[in-house]
Amino acid sequence: MIVGTALTGATTRELLYIVSFSLFIYGLSGLTGPKTAVRGNRIAAAGMAVAIIATLLQPDPSNMWLIALGVAIGVALGVPAARRVKMTQMPQMVAIFNGVGGGAVALISWVEFRSTDGFAAVSTHIVVFSLFAAPIGMISFWGSTIAFAKLQDLLPGRPLTIGRLQTPLNAALAAAVVACAVAIVAGAHSEALIVALLIASAVLGVLVVLPIGGADMPVVISSLNALTGLAAAATGVALDNTSLIVAGMIVGASGTILTRQMAAAMNRSITSIIAGGFGGTSESAPMTGPGGIVHSASPADVAIQLAYARQVVIVPGFGMAASQAQYAMREMTKLLDANDVQVKYAIHPVAGRMPGHMNVLLAEAEVPYEQLVEMNDINPEFPRTDVALLIGANDVVNPDARSNPQSPLYGMPILDIDKAQSIIVLKRSMRPGYAGVDNPVFTDPKTSMLFGDARESLDSVTQALKELVTAPA
Amino acid sequence: MFLTNLAVLVLAGFVGYAVISKVPTTLHTPLMSGTNAIHGIVIVGAMLLLVTDAAHGVLSKILLVVAVAFGTINVVGGFLVTDRMLEMFKAKPSAEATRPDDDEGS
Repeated sequence: MIVGTALTGATTRELLYIVSFSLFIYGLSGLTGPKTAVRGNRIAAAGMAVAIIATLLQPDPSNMWLIALGVAIGVALGVPAARRVKMTQMPQMVAIFNGVGGGAVALISWVEFRSTDGFAAVSTHIVVFSLFAAPIGMISFWGSTIAFAKLQDLLPGRPLTIGRLQTPLNAALAAAVVACAVAIVAGAHSEALIVALLIASAVLGVLVVLPIGGADMPVVISSLNALTGLAAAATGVALDNTSLIVAGMIVGASGTILTRQMAAAMNRSITSIIAGGFGGTSESAPMTGPGGIVHSASPADVAIQLAYARQVVIVPGFGMAASQAQYAMREMTKLLDANDVQVKYAIHPVAGRMPGHMNVLLAEAEVPYEQLVEMNDINPEFPRTDVALLIGANDVVNPDARSNPQSPLYGMPILDIDKAQSIIVLKRSMRPGYAGVDNPVFTDPKTSMLFGDARESLDSVTQALKELVTAPA
Repeated sequence: MFLTNLAVLVLAGFVGYAVISKVPTTLHTPLMSGTNAIHGIVIVGAMLLLVTDAAHGVLSKILLVVAVAFGTINVVGGFLVTDRMLEMFKAKPSAEATRPDDDEGS
């Protein structure tokens, strides 16, 4: 009788897990198209709810209060953060959400070790999967934390290295992780081993991400995301849980592809990113450089140039979003629209800080979707563009990426802004971009610079435009 | 059991690969955030160890409560943030359907 109920309970659980991972796959396929994405995300969330309910459906549940406590803490920390986060801070938010997932994986492996007295009487393949999950989860947690700190400006975005020691030290740490794992598989039961494994993985996670420049961070976050998925799948094998295996693995696989697509959009190979040092070579590569002459302009000059243009292409960058200037920009472009100036927005695949980030930021400011033009479609239009208006973008228009093999940006596809008839740059200062390299566009004779906070500059330009437009002809 | 799990693991890998083969760049950010929320499924692992009373000792239980909290942040935060981002793509034209017509000159 008791066996009977337990069995049906177990069957129900398994069936619910199948429902849950079907919902994950169905939801995820929805996420690949703009029209079905919102629904897809909610379907996946429903799948998660089903998996959690299935797990808690136990004949003799224990520790329900502890589970409730954990969930309450998680909700109290996660929900306000998710609700309040600004769209500009999305990359670091995704990083930290990913990191805690990895942390959970590592903690689960540790508890498995403890609750089986160091994997005594546990079959070897289970131990192997559990010991795969532990270091990957830990690397993901600490790597994501460093990525978060860099994007949040708690740490400098430029690559931080410890010089020549870096590679041997990383190798030694990786070897230490493997050695601990092998010793445990071979039958050592000392808890010091798993703790040492976790600590070595943590240090490795920190050291691997520290030397990676801020511009490469999206690719790093995406690959850590895929790793956490794989670690979750491994935990699923160790715990004999289908839901974990399927959900973890589809994230692992899709995350790997997404990482490759992102890296391709930036023309960076994943190995060269992990090898690090992006932006770190700028001092060894002298360019046309900061010595050139910079022409600065007043808001009124800019307004005149814009008002008499036939086509204006705006190149928005992270700087625009950082000063929340997209609304001021939208006000200005409404005036230009009304004045028969053709306005388009050139969207670089990695504009913002993640692929697709800029589309989110502009959608927030209600910029018409049809005016957003992707890089390959807008590039042929620059020669017949009267004014290219650069707002807080920098590296994605750096012509050195096309022509200067010495530049760390060399090979990255760029927007050919230098082919426009004239260029206006709204910029806070002459500081180089996120990659830390100089940009010859700023010293181009057809470029005028309007220095200052992007939002204030745009407001003054809009004001000047209004006076121009309403003034009698 | 182990071999069945291994089969499921491999098949799920191919499913993940097939589902994501072509995604517009526009959706890379929400997609990354969405898959991120899905691997929050590890919360199930932590809950399983607690609810079946598999872990003994205070330290183990503390670790699991932290793991549940971490998993909750991953799941709830991940889905909420993705939803917020995707909602912005939903706000659709209608308004600018009128705009290209007003070219009578100024």
